[in-house]
This record gives sequence, structure tokens and C-alpha cells, in this order.
Amino acid sequence: MTDPRLPAAYLRPGVSSFADFVSDQAPDLLPGRRAVPQGNAGDLAPHGTTIVAATFAGGVVLAGDRRATMGNIIAQRDIEKVFPADEFSAVGIAGTAGLAIEMVRLFQTELEHYEKIEGTTLSFDGKANRLAALIRGNLGMAMQGLAVVPLFVGYDLKAGHGRIFSYDVTGGRYEEYGFHSVGSGSLFARGALKKLYREDLSEADCVMTVVQALYDAADDDSATGGPDVARRIFPVVQVITAEGGHRLPDAEVADVADRMIAARMSAPNGPRAELPGVSTSSTTERP
Amino acid sequence: MPFYVSPEQLMKDRADFARKGIARGRSVVAVQYADGILFASENPSQALHKVSEIYDRIAFAAVGRYNEFENLRIAGVRLADMRGYAYDRRDVTGRGLANAYAQTLGTIFSSGGEKPYEVEIFVGEIGDAPEEDQIFRLTYDGQVADVHQYAVMGGAADSVSAYLKERYAAGASLEGALRLAVGALGHTDAEDRVIPVRDLEVAVLDRTRTRPRKFLRLMPSRLETLLGGRGPEVASPPAPGDTDPGAASSGVRVDNPADPTDQTSGHIAPLEDPVTGEPPVAPPDAGSDGGRPL
Repeated sequence: MTDPRLPAAYLRPGVSSFADFVSDQAPDLLPGRRAVPQGNAGDLAPHGTTIVAATFAGGVVLAGDRRATMGNIIAQRDIEKVFPADEFSAVGIAGTAGLAIEMVRLFQTELEHYEKIEGTTLSFDGKANRLAALIRGNLGMAMQGLAVVPLFVGYDLKAGHGRIFSYDVTGGRYEEYGFHSVGSGSLFARGALKKLYREDLSEADCVMTVVQALYDAADDDSATGGPDVARRIFPVVQVITAEGGHRLPDAEVADVADRMIAARMSAPNGPRAELPGVSTSSTTERP
Repeated sequence: MPFYVSPEQLMKDRADFARKGIARGRSVVAVQYADGILFASENPSQALHKVSEIYDRIAFAAVGRYNEFENLRIAGVRLADMRGYAYDRRDVTGRGLANAYAQTLGTIFSSGGEKPYEVEIFVGEIGDAPEEDQIFRLTYDGQVADVHQYAVMGGAADSVSAYLKERYAAGASLEGALRLAVGALGHTDAEDRVIPVRDLEVAVLDRTRTRPRKFLRLMPSRLETLLGGRGPEVASPPAPGDTDPGAASSGVRVDNPADPTDQTSGHIAPLEDPVTGEPPVAPPDAGSDGGRPL
């Protein structure tokens, strides 16, 4: 006769990590555990592209474009790559979209599971380290072209400010200050952020800054989607403050994007940064 | 010589044992109100909860032995998270969870070799409308009952239940439900006690919350606002079923040599016999008996 009660592993105390529990009980459910034949599988699956993040005085903003590519094909034009991880953190993903979205689901469950079992939330660094462990578990897949590289941001209630963490495919975890960007268009986005970012930005200005940076990324990187004015598809923007996180309503992002596009009609390269010793008005206009 | 014990007697003994353990604790009350389900208990401990979150719309409340129901709670969280991860968040149901608990409690109760669990459990689940709300009540022997409106378990359940039966009205507000539940917890046949706010553990499943997770603990400051003006508070006498401190943490700081589990070490060195004070007997020295050269 089989025992109908809950399996002994469920009743065993001590493990408060969901990922550890799943790897013990149902390893097939973990994203990084599948055997993939030798060779580069990178072109077979859609890739998510550019994610940008920037902090402001009261928190942090995370934004992602809406394009997924498969080689030269646009696999999806309205994919979402920015997700809330819990009330005070969010994660944006670049890399193999299928694996990345699965990893985000696992990470969300991991944080919630810990909170319910322990009765308290993980520290912000604890959350960042758990995400690093999940990425490390995917190293085998990353070696075959199915890499996942997230950007993790949140409001650290203990430190009292927004924080940004970037990762590499081996699970390396690096704290970034001010702003950061990952994905294929990240070089261009980071260049834009360098010139636009100020430490004393307001929340609204910070949102405008990341939307500008995404536009600059889309301008030079074919895999990054710019604002789609015909279909009204705009970036996903997540704002996290001491009160918690929320996704900016589409109408609000559309308004920001429309204002930016209107300004770029006369200045296609976007806002100009000041040069020391040269007043803005005296910089030569492009013919 | 083997004794014969009739199965009826065996089960009755086990049931009595479990029931006694459960009655030692304090009551937990579940009350349905307009926006969901409210759970309340008198629980002076801030750290050890009797009411907790299992999943988006599912809560867990228990009375009895803490270590046993804590195990069941953790198992429930794992079961729910596993199902929600493998399928979808909407596929996690209170009924599935109540069934798993019922099977577990029932198997343990009827297996001869194990001590029955001294616990009683509520699994509450809210739907989109009050008619879809459900409270499952599970007893130590694995029986499941689907209860409506209100339910009480543990402690002096009968007098608390009688109080609720008299005063319960469907569709109450949060404040109304809270006042009713807290009044019921303080009610005994002899008196109506005003339970101090800091001794209350109250949580709700509130369908009006915008987040998917509908479970919310009501903190003392919030309870103070909702319950204001109840008259002087009377703390309860300590009950034996509360977080019973074990012998090791009682304030006794005198070494009892005969008790190997006490936390105080006396003047006797660890390797000496604690009762007689004799040093440990050394094994016979190989050289002592046969000192003669060969």
C-alpha cells in the first residue's frame, strides 16, 4: 500500500529555499537542468535585448524595450522583460527569453517562499545572492549559447536608497552605482546614460532619462526595439521607492515617449550634455 | 504475555490523548465577513504564529503542539509553491491542500507506531465573492469539515462558539468581524474579558487588496484603531498550552549532577562521574600487570 500522506521531504524542517527544495524533489522543473546537445543553440530561441536602470533620490527605475529577436528576425515586438521580483525589487532580463522568464518565475517564487517560511523577507544582498546562485545553475546552458543575464534592482529598506546589481553568466554579482544597462544595446544605452544621468534627478526626470537611453540603444542596435508609435507599444518601466514598486501605467509611459519623440523631431540625437567652459547656446547646431 | 486491546478502545485512547493536548491551548476563531475571512487568536508570543499565509488566497490557522502544526504549515507552503510553479498560481486550491493535510493526519492517527498529532487546523480560502469563501476544518484524526460563517477550535471552544452563534451576522465589516471575534475569545461562562491588543494575533484574507497575495496581518497599531474604547484590558493568566518553556530554560541555575540535560555545569570536571565525583576509570595499563621483562 502506498502511503497517502505528504512526502517526508515536505515535512522536513530546515530548508527555506524553494530552488533547493525543487532541485531535490523535482529537478526537471529547474531551468538549468536540461541536457542540450553539443553545439550552439543560441540562434534557435528568441533573445531579449536591452535593459536599463538608474537610481534617483527616492528609489530606482528599471526599464526594458519590447523587442525579442531570433537572428535577423524580430521574434516578438511586445515582449515584456521587466518583472517585479517582490514588493521592493524587480528584475530585468537580457539573453535567451524562454530560460530567462522561467528563471524570473523561479526567483519570484524563491523570494515569496522564503518570506512565508521564515516570516521575514531576505535582506537585499541576500536576494541578490540568491539570483546569482540561480544564474550559476544555468552555466551549462550559457556555454551553449543560451545565456541569461539579468539586471536586479530594488529599494533597500535598511540602507534607505535604491540599488542596482548586474551579473555575468557565471553568476558573478556586481553592485552598480547610479545607472547600468545590460543586453545587446547596452553599450549605446550606457553612453546615453553617462551624458544624461545626474544624481539629483527627480522620479519623473529619471523615467525620462531611461526612456531616452532606450531610444539611443534602439537607434544604433538593430536588436533593440524603439517606441512603436503606430502600434502604441512603449517600454515597460518599473519604479521602486520606499512605498514599494509599481509598473508605470502604459498611458504615462506613452506620454513620456511622445514628448521625447516630439523633441527628437528637431534634435534627432537627443538632449545635449553641457561641455565644461562652453555654454549650451554656443555649441554649433548641426546643419 | 500479549494483551488484547479492542480497536475501539485503541482509537478512543488515541483520540482522547490528542483532544487533551488540543484543549490545553487557546482558541483560534475564524469569522467570514464581507471582504473575506478573519482569523483571530489570543497569542502573547510575537514570534510564534498560529495564523499564517500559505498562498495568494489561502491561509492556515492551527492550535495544539507548535512543532507539529509548524511542520504541517511548512509542508503546505511547499506544496502550494510547488504546484503554483509547475502549473499556475490559479491552480493552487484550498481543497487540494485540505485533502493533503487530511491524508497525512489520518494516516498518522491510524498507524499504530506513531503518536497522533495533537493539532487542529483551519484552511481558509477566499474567492471573488463571499459565497465562494471556504473554511475547511481538519481534526487530529484527518476528518475534514466544510464550515460556514464562523468556526472555533482549541481551548474553551464550546463557550466561544456559543458566543459567536448568538451574535454572528453575515456581511459584517472588518471592524464588526474583529470586534465579534475578539469579544468571543475573551468570553467565558464566568466573565467577559477585554484582551489586551498586544496579546492578539489577527490576520485577514482580504479580497479587496490589489496585490495577488490577499493575506494581511493586522498589526497592534491597526488593531488599536479598529478596537478603540473597549474598557480596561485584562491580560489572561498564563495557560499551560502557550509556548511552554522547557525545563532547560527555566530560571534554575543550579547544577543537578544526576541530570545530564541541565544547562549549568558545576564544579565537577566533565569527564568525572557526575554523581560520585570519581574520575573515569582508566583502562588497565598494558605495562602494569606484566612489568616483568620477558
